[in-house]
Amino acid sequence: MDKILFLISAFLLVWGLRLQSDPASASKGNKFAAVGMLIALFSASIMPLENSSGNYLWILTPIVFSAVIGYIIAKKIQMTSMPQMVSIFNGLGGLSAVLLSYTEINKWILSPESYPGFVLVVLIVSLFIGSVAFTGSLLAFAKLDGYRWSEKLTLPFQHIINLILLFSIAFSSYLFIDSSGGYTFLYIIISISLIYGIFFVAPIGGADMPVVISLLNSFTGITAALTGVIFDNKVMLLGGILVGAAGTILTVLMCQAMNRSLLNVLVGGFSSSGSSSKSDEQGDIREISDSDFAVQLFYSQKVIIVPGYGLAVAQAQKLCKEIQEVLESNDVEVKYAIHPVAGRMPGHMNVLLAEADVDYSKLIELDEANENFKTTDVAVIIGANDVVNPDAIDDTSSPLYGMPILKVWESTSSVVLKRSMSAGYAGVQNPLFFKENNKMYFGDAKDSLQRLSTELKNL
Amino acid sequence: MGELLNFLSQNEVLIYLLLFTVLLGFEVISKVPSVLHTPLMSGANAISGIVILGAIILIRTTDPQDFFTLILASIALFIGSINVFGGFFVTNRMLEMFNKKKNK
Repeated sequence: MDKILFLISAFLLVWGLRLQSDPASASKGNKFAAVGMLIALFSASIMPLENSSGNYLWILTPIVFSAVIGYIIAKKIQMTSMPQMVSIFNGLGGLSAVLLSYTEINKWILSPESYPGFVLVVLIVSLFIGSVAFTGSLLAFAKLDGYRWSEKLTLPFQHIINLILLFSIAFSSYLFIDSSGGYTFLYIIISISLIYGIFFVAPIGGADMPVVISLLNSFTGITAALTGVIFDNKVMLLGGILVGAAGTILTVLMCQAMNRSLLNVLVGGFSSSGSSSKSDEQGDIREISDSDFAVQLFYSQKVIIVPGYGLAVAQAQKLCKEIQEVLESNDVEVKYAIHPVAGRMPGHMNVLLAEADVDYSKLIELDEANENFKTTDVAVIIGANDVVNPDAIDDTSSPLYGMPILKVWESTSSVVLKRSMSAGYAGVQNPLFFKENNKMYFGDAKDSLQRLSTELKNL
Repeated sequence: MGELLNFLSQNEVLIYLLLFTVLLGFEVISKVPSVLHTPLMSGANAISGIVILGAIILIRTTDPQDFFTLILASIALFIGSINVFGGFFVTNRMLEMFNKKKNK
């Protein structure tokens, strides 16, 4: 019975993940996977076990509580905080694996003869990866949430330090197994693993956190698979490996969207020393007034909005929708051009705009957008910078060179909404701001859009 | 080394399963559009919480008097389940928003 249930659940998990890679069936896919998970939980609870002693109260209580808590968190969470939430959840998954491995290792210390040596190695690896996923995710959360202390930090000889840490973990593991279970070595392994997780994430910039979380997510998957080996449970193995592989691919896809290699991201993002040769060649910028901006938009035929990180941070997506409605009432065609890495993580902007009730058909992707700019009157760039930087196309010395970008300057005119003239995440100046047909509209995205919206309604 | 080889031959089927699952994982995700990256990440994250099956099995096989193990495993189960339930619920919330749009 339990074997059949496990088989069904494994099928549902795989099929669910498969359906989740297509927008039309994604919602169904998630439900499939969830049902698969429930079936797996149920069968793990009823499967016949040698010397099972029940303890169902110990199982049911935590599940009921966490289901309620999980549901509340999922209901209450702001869509803008989605990346933070995923990283916290992932950290919890990692911690759970750490506790499990620790408990199993503890059992081994008490009765060494019941475990073959190989299982112990698997346990220690699982302990290590789980710890890295745990502290790494917590630091990623702090970075995403904008805590000052968590900003990008590179120690001198970072890579050598990391290697030393890895080596000490391996060495203490050897000593631990060799001494057949000295608690001191075990605690050393855990502590260094936790520290390693922090060092692993510390040098990576906040904007790259989605990539890191995705990677750490695949780590958690691998730990789950390893734990599956220990408990001799095929569904755990399958689910864990599936997430491990999917997470790895997703990580690579995200890197591709930014035209960077995974290694480049992990080593610490754009080199801050690589100042663009063009940075001093600036020129004049032109600001646009509230009323001019409003009039220009109101009497256009086609407007494309390019939302970016700044819009997400300011949580101004609802205002954006308001402006869209005002413009549409005057027969202005409004579209949103979504760069693959717009928002705080790939696809995040789509979720945010969906939440603000922006019609799905109004969102256009990179290639389609670039065809559309030529016939556009005004391109409005809200809180985006690097994704509209022309240097990515024509300046081979720019760190952005080669990244696919939105060619907003091909429209008749463009307006950039931005807080200040400061550089984007890549740390390079954007020549777009100095172009003839570009105007600047300074301020926090939310305030700016509020001003614009009021002005538009007065027309 | 002998132990390792022994383990490998004992778990041959398991290792095949491992290999194919890796390929399957790559294949399933490789064509996903960037629109879905965020929900997918959150959904995959929920699946990685499958580690709690281990907690359930561990609790069931633990001596009812062994409170140390029971408490630790229950905490692991609790924390891991938040990941699972929260993950599925929130992914559902995100994806429903996409659906709502298309039905109009």
